[in-house]
Amino acid sequence: MAYIDLQNDLPGIRGPMAYRPDTGRALNVLAELLLHDDANTLSRGERELIGAYVSSENDCFFCQNVHGALAQHYFGWDMPFLDSIKKDYLSAPIPDKLKSLLSIAGSVRKGGKYVTSEQIAHAKRLGATDREIHDTVLIAAAFCMFNRYVDGLNTWAPQDRQVYVDRASMRAKDGYADMNLYK
Amino acid sequence: MAYIELNNQLPGITGLLENRPDTGAPIRELTQILLRGESTLTELERELIATLVSYRNECRYCTSAHAATVRALGGTEDLLEKVFHDPGEAPVSEKMRALLAIAAKVQRLGKEVTASDIEKARASGASDIEIHDTVLIAALFCLYNRYVDGLGTYRPEDPAYYQRLASRLVTIGYSRPKDGLARKGEELYK
Repeated sequence: MAYIDLQNDLPGIRGPMAYRPDTGRALNVLAELLLHDDANTLSRGERELIGAYVSSENDCFFCQNVHGALAQHYFGWDMPFLDSIKKDYLSAPIPDKLKSLLSIAGSVRKGGKYVTSEQIAHAKRLGATDREIHDTVLIAAAFCMFNRYVDGLNTWAPQDRQVYVDRASMRAKDGYADMNLYK
Repeated sequence: MAYIELNNQLPGITGLLENRPDTGAPIRELTQILLRGESTLTELERELIATLVSYRNECRYCTSAHAATVRALGGTEDLLEKVFHDPGEAPVSEKMRALLAIAAKVQRLGKEVTASDIEKARASGASDIEIHDTVLIAALFCLYNRYVDGLGTYRPEDPAYYQRLASRLVTIGYSRPKDGLARKGEELYK
């Protein structure tokens, strides 16, 4: 049960978003630009994976499952493969550039100061552009907000992880900006 | 210098928001609603939450900016010192002390907030929306602090810079000036 009366029974971030629609709208516009907008050289799957990884490190069950399921959806991965990346992305069979971005995201999660110029230089050497580095940092920072919003208010989350997998194609289609929170 | 090339010479968050006005817009809007919108918490109280979280995230740019804003809104050095180093003794209401304690937990991680933290806030008169806004302001500054430091942005040392910035945040707020900052505002915001 959420710590405050959200006046709805929606799970995760949708509860407080429906409770306060003005801030909810801004949060979803930001999510749309960062995760769903196609004017980006990082794929939707890569951006969702960064969100899922940060949420996993922040131990936020709802966010890591919503965004993990979306990464699975875009890449065509199964759940064990996604879990293996969250657990140890360095050993996973994914591109080195993506690993270098996950490394930056992991540092951002701990705190902005943990990002080093070496990490940035490494990502650039592997082909990451300034814009991709920017978006990686902002996605990681945004999930440090989303995760705290979801867990700081103690919202409830479906425990069956298949629920998130089943909803992923709808979210991929509808996006975030004009999300119907009640669907 | 910042880790990435920006389209302007502006410091801290200002440079980032001007560099990417698309993502900057919802971030600014969220901040304007939470820190300047209608609320039963005063602007000073909401700025204190932002300042405490920035301090605990060791983001010097954001801490300087919001501490200056607290001062511009009438907050004293003693208030800031206590909020930073001994928030339980801060010269604020009991309700505000409880909300600052929640913000400090959120700064660490959402899961750190306990039912007993919420009960304390409620017992001292905090409403649901005040608790909601405290959590979201604290979470938002966990974004800001990481954005500013994660990209290695430039941080002015001159206290006068932060006074000018604070004066803008008090009078204009967080919305983007219609004529922009990057070209026109060099001298104002540098």
